[in-house]
Amino acid sequence: MISREEVERTAALAHLTLTDQELEKMTGELASILDAVSSLQEVDTSAVVPTNHAVPLENVMRRDEQKPGLSRDEAVANGPDVVQSFFRVPRIMEEE
Amino acid sequence: MKLHTLEAWSLRDLIRDGSVTSTDIVESFLDQIRARDAEIGAYITVCGEQALEAAKHSDERRREGRTLSDWDGIPAAIKDNISVKGVANTCGSHMLAQYHAPYDAHVVSLLKQAGMPILGKTNMDEFAMGSSTEFSALKTTRNPWDRQKVPGGSSGGSAAAVASHQAPWALGSDTGGSVREPAAFCGLVGIKPTYGRVSRRGLVAFASSLDQIGMLTHSVRDGAALLQLLAGHDELDSTSVRREVPSYESVLGAGASGLRVGLLGGASQQGLQPEIHEALEQAACFLADQGAEIQEHAFPLLDKAIETYYLVATAEASSNLARYDGVRYGLRVEGSDTGEMFRRTRSEGFGPEVKRRIMLGTYALSAGYYEAYYRKAQQVRTMIRDGFLELFEKVDVLLGPTTAASAFGFGEKPDPLQMYLTDIYTVPANLAGLPAIHVPVGLDHGGLPIGLQITASPFAETNALRSAAVLETFARNRGWNR
Amino acid sequence: MIIGLEIHAELSTRSKIFCSCSTAFGGEPNSRCCPVCLGLPGALPLLNETAVEYGILAGLALNCTISVESKFDRKNYFYPDLPKAYQISQYDQPLCRDGWVEFELEQELLHAGVTRVHLEEEAGKSIHSGDNILGSDYSSIDYNRAGIPLIEIVTEPDLRSPAQAKAFLEQLKRTLQYIDVSDCKMEEGSLRCDANISLRPQGGRAFGTKVEIKNLNSFRAVERALDHEVQRQRNVLETGAAVVQDTRAWNEAKGVTVSMRSKEESHDYRYFPEPDLPPLAVNQVWVEELRQSLPEMPLPKRNRIMEQYGLGRYASDFLANSAIWADFFECAAKQYGNYKVLCNWLMGDVSRVLNARQEELPQSRLTPAALVELLRLVDDEIISGSQAKDVLEEVCATGRSSKQVTADLGMEQISDEDELTAMVEEVLAAHPEQAQRCREGEERLVGYFVGQVMKLSRGQANPKRVNALLRQKLQQ
Ligand SMILES: [Mg+2]
Ligand SMILES: [Zn+2]
Repeated sequence: MISREEVERTAALAHLTLTDQELEKMTGELASILDAVSSLQEVDTSAVVPTNHAVPLENVMRRDEQKPGLSRDEAVANGPDVVQSFFRVPRIMEEE
Repeated sequence: MKLHTLEAWSLRDLIRDGSVTSTDIVESFLDQIRARDAEIGAYITVCGEQALEAAKHSDERRREGRTLSDWDGIPAAIKDNISVKGVANTCGSHMLAQYHAPYDAHVVSLLKQAGMPILGKTNMDEFAMGSSTEFSALKTTRNPWDRQKVPGGSSGGSAAAVASHQAPWALGSDTGGSVREPAAFCGLVGIKPTYGRVSRRGLVAFASSLDQIGMLTHSVRDGAALLQLLAGHDELDSTSVRREVPSYESVLGAGASGLRVGLLGGASQQGLQPEIHEALEQAACFLADQGAEIQEHAFPLLDKAIETYYLVATAEASSNLARYDGVRYGLRVEGSDTGEMFRRTRSEGFGPEVKRRIMLGTYALSAGYYEAYYRKAQQVRTMIRDGFLELFEKVDVLLGPTTAASAFGFGEKPDPLQMYLTDIYTVPANLAGLPAIHVPVGLDHGGLPIGLQITASPFAETNALRSAAVLETFARNRGWNR
Repeated sequence: MIIGLEIHAELSTRSKIFCSCSTAFGGEPNSRCCPVCLGLPGALPLLNETAVEYGILAGLALNCTISVESKFDRKNYFYPDLPKAYQISQYDQPLCRDGWVEFELEQELLHAGVTRVHLEEEAGKSIHSGDNILGSDYSSIDYNRAGIPLIEIVTEPDLRSPAQAKAFLEQLKRTLQYIDVSDCKMEEGSLRCDANISLRPQGGRAFGTKVEIKNLNSFRAVERALDHEVQRQRNVLETGAAVVQDTRAWNEAKGVTVSMRSKEESHDYRYFPEPDLPPLAVNQVWVEELRQSLPEMPLPKRNRIMEQYGLGRYASDFLANSAIWADFFECAAKQYGNYKVLCNWLMGDVSRVLNARQEELPQSRLTPAALVELLRLVDDEIISGSQAKDVLEEVCATGRSSKQVTADLGMEQISDEDELTAMVEEVLAAHPEQAQRCREGEERLVGYFVGQVMKLSRGQANPKRVNALLRQKLQQ
């Protein structure tokens, strides 16, 4: 069963802030979802290779050629805080 | 003549005869949007001017005998998670309400190259996470058959737009049923192609290994045509398959003779609305009458599909949606440092369902849980896929329900788990990467559309379309009329 | 003391690893970006084949096994310079593994194991408003660097001193430059190093806690930071306290390492297979093809040069440390047998002239053939050694042949018998008194007459020939 602390830790990893109320509700919801998905543990998957891709492909590559991308203005056009075509952010805390 | 009520093929015939112009057609749809969309809420953005401009160019081309394709001048609507250059691409979220895509999705380039005007961008569950479009942060979309009912989701806007004749056809995206379920609720044909058949480039990722762009149309014939336009290799999508695209239209008249049709018994039919169950049985009989060979098979592992799906989809989503951090695009809520800015932006920008799924996915990937949840789910996924591939050695297509019931009412599924179970019949095709088509076959006692789903082996869209065309005849015989 | 290194080297491909944007250094902020490297919604990665090849080449040069099956994974963490909030990297199936590097420190041959070499993408660049991150009110992000291909090289904890760590790193840099997969410019950040270090307390058997040091941006910093850290840890241990597991940053200006986070929290990167990229299957044929294309590595080359050309260790190191110089030497050596003279010229005057011209050998107009021609002119006494230096400069400046330059500058020595005889007769006639004393045996006056002929010929007369002719004339 997922604990409130685990929900808090998960929220921190996902960079979400939950109010006490949200945390309470989320803990309950996640608990019931995790309870439901726990039925997967019944399936014997020893020696089963996980499917990472729905369609098997390999070695999909391109040649090392340069092509124009977005113009500088296009690149920053959606930026919420752009100064001299840099994206500006507040003070960076080391090791987010 | 009410142009907007016609299927795309009929419009194509009219435009080719010279009896109407693209401008006539686009105007007719824009009129319909003006008349109906306040009530339906299908569109987030209507691109009226651009669509008329594109129609004008199409008409010029046609006059000068240099049309770009058979579909030159026929417009389409696009789900708001598929990028159209210069147009808002909100994904139904506050997070991207102000974001304008600076590039065209591959499928959008293909539509433009075919000369097709884009009518607008349609509403959806936030980041395609939902089965009713109730999770759109931006507006409510109503089911054109009954405005008290949801249109399905997450491509609810696209489904409602086509069903209410505000577009002749539309693109959606299908991660766990998001094209087929709204098609079912709105009485449309909904196609989810094989994973890798249609490029995902420009489709905002929800769950990358499950997402596939699909189409919502009035008829199987329209669906085949739109699939034909969009199917093919995109050298810039590494998961797009380099494989010849067969002619889809040519298989539509092939009938059911010799077709091996599988039915899955057991749990897969529990809890079905009686009318859907009845339709399924009748359809099987009809197919048999038409010369198909009906086989019954068991697939017990399908019981685990929904659990498998929700772990895989949310894990991938938690990573795909991490980029919404307020730095490069979209919403930013300021903070005293980047950590606070990230958390505020994400906490205010995402709605509750998106947060729930990000949380579940983050948890499923986190240290100590990866093996038990994410890896386990991907292993079960392998077993499900292998089970299907084995099954498709014996049958050409599977026939089954798309949804357990017809459209439900707003607020009827407040519990997330209950909502997740809506996708029980649609997620297996995504897990296994299979093509699947929903075909409407009639109305239930409440006057709401019901229909059935055809699933085929990877890249056997031809089998699925051929069977869907037979089902369409079956539906017509039962009195289905869109 | 055990030290392990984690090195990131940018690969010198033309375009980025997952998109076609330019990898050139510099540029206006965010001018070398596209939807892929900006992490725009809906963008998809597409792998650069050359980046894979460079990764394999690096693996082969570091004696690694190339994985038949490898794949990409997402490393999830939030940072403003990381556009997708995950880095596409390789987790449990790296491209290359189990290699080793041979290097020398004070003429001692050492080995260090290479655990793995994997491919990943570079992040963007943050420019801070203050002197450092913590003092800044805001930072400015430029994604031009985002998506440049990187290889991450992780060593075994085989290094036993800061000096070894530095020597290893220098050898690694030489190797990567040698095979031409990275320019390894530490000052441009295209080669970066993090170090893990732990001490074994005196008398103890187990090694202590591992401390990670980041931000080592020069060879000197690697050695200095590790020296400092060793001392710091010793001081901690001497007090009887324990070293705490830590990530520390090297502060170059203050010469100290500073803790970056003291929290006991380790990262949870939630690695999982990248669904947008199919796996890589590297077959034997491909690997062999690349192996064939590999040049000889610096150390074996150095040893061979010592043996084959009979050069000393210093001279051989000079040549072998750069494939370009070694190739130049070997090409010239095919046409010129005095290898020592040839090598001395390369180490001395050729290096000096190129330095003065601020040119690298490949850009220079000097060819092996031109140098050989020049050395022959000296050997044949057509020009003197000091004239040859002037000719070399002119050859490098103009690209004309040594012979032509010599002729154009009128430097050719006059060896023509008649011409020299005429000059000898002229000076003897001009100084009859001295000529007479010379005939009577005043030997030192021969030198005087040679000098007079040289003066008359403006330095071009062949002094040996003049000397012989003078003696002949004086005896008549
Ligand atoms: Mg790394
Ligand atoms: Zn790019």
